[in-house]
Amino acid sequence: MTDTPLLDLTGLTKAYPGVVANDSVSLAIMPGEVHALLGENGAGKSTLVKMIYGLVKPDAGSMKMNGEAFAPAEPRAARAAGVGMVFQHFSLFDALTVAENIALGMENAPKLNALSQQIRDVSDTYGLPLSPDRVVGDLSAGERQRVEIIRCLLQEPKLLIMDEPTSVLTPQEVEILFKTLRKLSAEGTAILYISHKLEEIRALCDGATILRLGKVVGECVPAETSARDMAEMMVGTVLQTPTRAGKTPGEVVLELKSLSAKSQSAFGMPLRDISVEVRRGEVLGIGGVAGNGQDELLAALSGEMLTTPGMILFQGREVGLLGPNPRRGLGILTAPEERLGHAAAPDMSLTENAMLTGAAREGLEKGGLLNWGAARQFAEKIIAQFDVRTPGPGNAARSLSGGNLQKFVIGREVLQRPELLVVNQPTWGVDASAAASIRQALLDLAENGTALVVISQDLDELMEISDRFAALNEGRLSPPRPAHDLTVDEIGLMMGGAHGMEVAHV
Amino acid sequence: MIRLEKRPEPSRAFSLATPLLAVVATMVFGGLLFMALGKDPLTSIQTIFWEPLFGEFAFYYRPQLLIKGAPLVLIAIGLSLGFKAGIWNIGAEGQYIMGALFGAGMGLAFYPLEAWYIFPLMVMAGAFGGWIWAMIPAFLKVRFGTNEILVSLMLVYVAEQFLASMSLGLLKNPEGFGFPGSRNLQQYESAFNGDLIEGTGMHWGVVAAMIAVIFAYVLLSKHRLGFAIRVTGEAPRAAKFSGVNPTRLVLFCMGMSGLLAGLAGLFEVSGPAGQVTIDFNVGYGFTAIIVAFLGRLHPVGILLAGLLMALTYIGGDIAQSNLGLPAAAIQVFQGMLLFFLLALDMFTNYRLRFGRAEVA
Repeated sequence: MTDTPLLDLTGLTKAYPGVVANDSVSLAIMPGEVHALLGENGAGKSTLVKMIYGLVKPDAGSMKMNGEAFAPAEPRAARAAGVGMVFQHFSLFDALTVAENIALGMENAPKLNALSQQIRDVSDTYGLPLSPDRVVGDLSAGERQRVEIIRCLLQEPKLLIMDEPTSVLTPQEVEILFKTLRKLSAEGTAILYISHKLEEIRALCDGATILRLGKVVGECVPAETSARDMAEMMVGTVLQTPTRAGKTPGEVVLELKSLSAKSQSAFGMPLRDISVEVRRGEVLGIGGVAGNGQDELLAALSGEMLTTPGMILFQGREVGLLGPNPRRGLGILTAPEERLGHAAAPDMSLTENAMLTGAAREGLEKGGLLNWGAARQFAEKIIAQFDVRTPGPGNAARSLSGGNLQKFVIGREVLQRPELLVVNQPTWGVDASAAASIRQALLDLAENGTALVVISQDLDELMEISDRFAALNEGRLSPPRPAHDLTVDEIGLMMGGAHGMEVAHV
Repeated sequence: MIRLEKRPEPSRAFSLATPLLAVVATMVFGGLLFMALGKDPLTSIQTIFWEPLFGEFAFYYRPQLLIKGAPLVLIAIGLSLGFKAGIWNIGAEGQYIMGALFGAGMGLAFYPLEAWYIFPLMVMAGAFGGWIWAMIPAFLKVRFGTNEILVSLMLVYVAEQFLASMSLGLLKNPEGFGFPGSRNLQQYESAFNGDLIEGTGMHWGVVAAMIAVIFAYVLLSKHRLGFAIRVTGEAPRAAKFSGVNPTRLVLFCMGMSGLLAGLAGLFEVSGPAGQVTIDFNVGYGFTAIIVAFLGRLHPVGILLAGLLMALTYIGGDIAQSNLGLPAAAIQVFQGMLLFFLLALDMFTNYRLRFGRAEVA
C-alpha cells in the first residue's frame, strides 16, 4: 500500500447565505480505510460529502484523488472517478423489481438477465442477501438499503460514501452491513461513514474526523477514544446525562386490549392485537424499524384514528371513539413524529401553533371565541421554559430550526400537564444538547406522575429513559420487558431480527 | 443566472403590495393589448378606470358599482372560506342560479298577494336553493371522495338547463305573450328588492354583502371555526391533529359558499334583473373566484377587489360602446388581473436572486 491518500481534501469551504456550511475542512482517506465523519445535525457533514460527490461546488479549497486534482462537476463525473454514495433516503421505484431499479441508475446497463446474474454475484460475494427479481415495494428498509449498496458496488467504487446507513436497520441487520463493509475495506475500498452513533463508529471505523459548525474540531482513532469523549468533541460542551430518581409505578393509566385497526393510509401498517398497560409515572419505550405501525399507534392514541370500543381504556374509561380534543380534555396529549405539517402548521406563527393543541386545556377559548392574547402568553411560556431559540411568538413555525421547533412541540404538550403523554420520535433530527433537554423534560414529567409512551427508533434513547421496553414489528407489539436488563441482541430479536434473511438461502 | 430563493418568513409587505402591482401590470399590458387592437391605450385605460367614477355620466355609473359589486363580494366571501381550507367550490354560478330560481319561485307562488313576509321568505328560499345545490358536491365528496371541483362545475351546466326550463315552463309569465321569462318582480311590490335609498344602487344585497364581510372577518380572526378553516388550508394533518373534523368542515364551507351565492342570486333576480330569464346569469359566480383571490382571500381585500372588478365590468362596457373594443378584449383584460396577481404572488414567499446557480 502506498502513502498517497485515496482522497485528500484541503481547505474546502462552502458558504450559503447566512451560514458557512464548511469552513476550510481538510481530511485524508487512505485506500481501504473506514473513515468516520462525525457531527451533529447542521455541522456540515452533508455539504462536505455533496462536494465530494459532485452535487455542490466548493467556494474554495481543493480535492485530490490518488494524488491528482479532482473536481467533479456532477455526480456522473464523481462516479466515473470511482466514488459511490448510498444516501440516507432511498431513490427507488416501488413498482419495479430490484434489477430494474438498478438498471435505471446505470449509464450502460447490461441486459436484465446478465444484470441479475451480476447482482447475485455481488450479493453472494459480500453477504448481502437479495434476490434481483423481487419487487422493491415488498422489501423492508434494510433490504432497500442493500439495493442501493449493490447499485454502488456494481460500479466497483474506490470510495464508498454511506450517509447514516444504520438509522433504518435492526441490530442484526447492522451486523450484516458491517461484515460487508469490513470485507470491502479488506479488498481496498475506502469507506466514508457518516453517523452520529458513536458505538457503531467505535466498532467499525479506523479513523474519524469530527465536524462542528462547519469546522474540523478534532480527529481521533475511534477504537481508542470513549464514546463520551467523541460526543463532547461533537457538541463542544460537557453532556448532561438525564437523571431520575427511582420510584414505583402507580395505578394503570392506559390499557390497550387487543387493539387492532386498519391503517388510514393505503401503504400503512395495520395494528394487530396490541395489548399493554402503562402506569402512572412509568415510561414505556416502544422501538422498532420505521413503518411497522408507529404512526398508526400514535393516531389511535391521539384520536386522529377512531377504534372499536373496548380496545383503548384510559383510567378505566373507554376512549376509542373520542376525537383528539375530548381526549385532550381528559389529559391524553400526544406529539407526532412529523414536526412540520403534523405537529405544527409550517406557515403559521408560534402563537397560532400554541392555539393548535392548547385551546381547551389552557383556557384559550371560550364558547368558540379565541383568546389570542392568552395564546401568545402560552407560546411565550413554552419559548421561555424550553429554551426555544426564536425572535418571538409571532414567527412562523417553519422559520425555526428542527431542534428548536421540536422543543416547542414537546414543550407545548408537557406544559399542559398531561395525565398520559404519547410522543413519537421525540428527538429525531435534534442536536445532542437539545435531545438531552427534551429527554430530561420527559423524565421530569414521569417523575410527577404522568404515564409516558415514547415511540422511537433510537434504541440508545429508549434504553436511557424507558422503564419497560417493547417493540413494534409488522403492527404487532412484543410483550414489554424491563428495560434495564435487556441486551442489544434481545432487543434486535424483539424488533423482528434481520428482515429478509431467509431470501439469502432460497 | 436568476433564481428563486424561499424566504424564511412570508413577506408581509409583498402580500399587501401584490394586488396593487397586479393592477399596475394589468394596466400596462392591457394598454399594450388595446394598442395592438388599434386603440389609444391611455384613453382605453382611462375609460375603464376613470369614466365610471368621475366621468360625465358618473351619476349613472356609481350606483351600478354597488349593484355589480354586491353579488361579487357576497359570492367571493363564501368562496374564500372554502378556498382558505383547500375546498374548491367552482360552481358558485350554478348555486347563484338556483338561489334565484328558489327565491323567485317562492315570491311568484304568492302572486298577487301583497304581504310583508313574502320578501323574507324569498330570502330564505334563495339561501336554501344555493345551499342545497352546493351540498350535492359536498355530500358526494365526504361520502364517496369525489372531486368537488368537477362536480360543482358540472352542476353549473345542470343549473343552466334548469334555468332555461323554468323560463320556458313552470315560471313563465302567463301574461307574457308567450315570450320566455317570468313575471317581472320589479312590478310586484312585496317581492321587489329595490333601492333602499332612491338612486344609490343600495339594495338589500349590498347590505347583505357588508354583513357577510364583517361576519367573515370575525369568523376568521376570532372564532374557533375560522381557525380550523385556516389550519386546514395550511396543513391538513395538523388540523386533524388539532381536532378538526374534515367532513364537517367540507360541509360547512361548501354550504356557506352555496348559501351566499344563492342569496346573491335572489337579490339579483328580485332587484336589478327583475325576472327569471334564460340568460339571467352573467358570470358573477366565476368572476367571484377572481375577486376572492384578488382580495387575498381576506374579507376586506375581497370588498375592495369586488368593487375594482365591478369597475372593470362597467368601464369595460363603456369602452365597448364608446371605443368599439371587442368584448373578448375586456375579458382578456380581466383575466390578466388574476394572472398577474398569481404570478406576482410568488414573491410573497420567494425572492429573486441574481447570481451563480448551484445545486444545494
